[in-house]
Amino acid sequence: MLVKNSIPSGSDAKIISESLWRIRLNLLQQAWKNNWQIFTEKKIGLVGLWIIGFFILLAISHPILMAYWSSQELPPEAMMGHNKSLADVYDPIRGLDLRPGKDMMPLSHPAAPSWRHPFGTDPMGRDVLSQIMYSARIEFLFGVFSALLSVFLATLVGAVSAYFGGKIDAFFMRLADLVLTLPFLPFLIFLSSLLTLDLFKLGLVLGLLGGFGGRTIVLKSQALSIKVRPYIEAAKIAGGSHWHIIFRHIIPNILPLSFFYLMLGVTSAVMSEATLSFLGLLQAPISWGLIMNFARSFGYSFYEAWWLYLIPGVTITLFCGSFYLVGRGLDTLVNPKLRKR
Amino acid sequence: MSEVILEVKDLKKWFPVRRRISQLFKGEKSWVRAVDGVSFSIKKGEIFGLIGESGCGKTTTGKLLMKLLESTAGQIIFQGEDVTNLTPEGISRYKREIQMIFQDPYASMNPRFKIRDVLLEPLIIHKLGAGLEERISMATEVLEEVKMTPPIEFLDRYPHMLSGGQRQRVATARTLILSPTFIVADEPVSMIDLSTRAEVLQMMKEVQQDLNLTYLYITHDLSTARYFTDRIAVMYLGKIVEMGSADQIVDNTLHPYSRALIAAVCEPVTGKVNLIKEVPIKGEIPSAANIPAGCRFHPRCIFAKPECWELEEPGLEEAEPGHLVACRRYQEIV
Repeated sequence: MLVKNSIPSGSDAKIISESLWRIRLNLLQQAWKNNWQIFTEKKIGLVGLWIIGFFILLAISHPILMAYWSSQELPPEAMMGHNKSLADVYDPIRGLDLRPGKDMMPLSHPAAPSWRHPFGTDPMGRDVLSQIMYSARIEFLFGVFSALLSVFLATLVGAVSAYFGGKIDAFFMRLADLVLTLPFLPFLIFLSSLLTLDLFKLGLVLGLLGGFGGRTIVLKSQALSIKVRPYIEAAKIAGGSHWHIIFRHIIPNILPLSFFYLMLGVTSAVMSEATLSFLGLLQAPISWGLIMNFARSFGYSFYEAWWLYLIPGVTITLFCGSFYLVGRGLDTLVNPKLRKR
Repeated sequence: MSEVILEVKDLKKWFPVRRRISQLFKGEKSWVRAVDGVSFSIKKGEIFGLIGESGCGKTTTGKLLMKLLESTAGQIIFQGEDVTNLTPEGISRYKREIQMIFQDPYASMNPRFKIRDVLLEPLIIHKLGAGLEERISMATEVLEEVKMTPPIEFLDRYPHMLSGGQRQRVATARTLILSPTFIVADEPVSMIDLSTRAEVLQMMKEVQQDLNLTYLYITHDLSTARYFTDRIAVMYLGKIVEMGSADQIVDNTLHPYSRALIAAVCEPVTGKVNLIKEVPIKGEIPSAANIPAGCRFHPRCIFAKPECWELEEPGLEEAEPGHLVACRRYQEIV
């Protein structure tokens, strides 16, 4: 016979739950360790992580540097009415270096890279390195926000349309087709003519387009393969509601793929942002694309001011590339067929 | 023992098939008749076997009972209550009484769930047990019941850390945690190593006797059915062709299809292993979308005569007490 309460409750049960916690923690650690091992097996993802780490350092160090610069007051003869402290020189948006150089003449802007301005200055006399560092933080926030929004939507919509099928599925899939066939850049240009497109609005638009577009189809197909597994039927038999099954069974099993798309999402969002700001369609104080846009609209070609194109260009490539590389590294985790062993 | 717990009356499940354009104009519809009028009743405390080859509708029958599919026609009466059309509350209550063990122990558990989560899920859904401690103690109880000892060790393992037999034990434990009265076991041992099959079946039988459960055992394997069940129904192409006690079916087989099933069982006996058996059946199972006229078994039956396909389909008739058969000529072909 089934003996009721064969496990005494109270103090004994407490001991069990404690040891369970320890086991759970150990298992979690082990899972992390295993996944980390698989991730680091291919150096591709690790390289991406290093670059992302470098950009994080860049983004964090900018406010610290600004605080340091504003404490560095300049002697009155160097002020020239504007430069009271180094912060006025190196401010990414309002900065202007009026200090005389070695030949006692003020710098002519844009100035080529030098010790004073390692990445040179832009046509308005602002320090490019400072602009790059300041933009890194914005770029991170923007990219991650847009990618999170799109992947959150894509996962939810994919799981829901795979689970319910029928008319809901047809609606979302036709919507995805519509978004996929939308000419992306012309649409964004059109949108920027309708409203002043700032970074938040752009992130929202990119997130929505990505969330109902191609990623939904891929995540839905993954969810479909989960939906027919017997454990979904087992959950139905246990009496689980539709939302219980979607949130407890389907979504956790497509989450690795969502994470992969999160990384790719950051890449594509920052790319679109760079394109739009290069075309001058974005309302932002400064961004990597805008540095190039300024150089172009002031009439400087690559031969006259190469640093204004090369440096932000390389930065955008590195930043987007790093997230892409991490995504490729995660791919080996998501897709066991790509593993070496 | 004699109280009927589940009665199925003329249960049907027809799946619509995509129509041809000509049919669309004529307003015709084609159907795959997966389950085509099945009736049986199961007594309390009994193990009832449903046997047939793949595609004969036995799993569909199980899913109909589990309410995973809606039946096209017919009635399911569980403990005197018609459960064919239930309100949502009624279904929730019904799902606590009737549970299912799946064929594939490797796929019937979410790979991201620990055994603890697998076992607690039904409790959380049905809001049973006060607090985590009580629920865990309920989980350890059922694990002990299925001989997974010590239970504490298994609670925090993932399904992939267990063997097939252990997983099927956990699957059984999951069905037991809601203390049901009726369990549908859909080929529970067909994907387990032969060496552990008997062990798992033995465990299931012990659980059944301990808790006074009723099983519907769905299988294609006559040898385990003989060992495990009290009564057997043989299904062919969506219909029951023979029904009786396990002994009656195996020792006094009447329907030609059941004979073929029995003849197909392997005998690992010296001198017989390498012999190619002559199984008294011909051809392949026809499509359930195009069921032969007359007796649905006649194209494959080696005893078939014109009356088999010219006359109407034979119904189940009693050949001896408790032994039903759906064949016109069972008396002639002994």
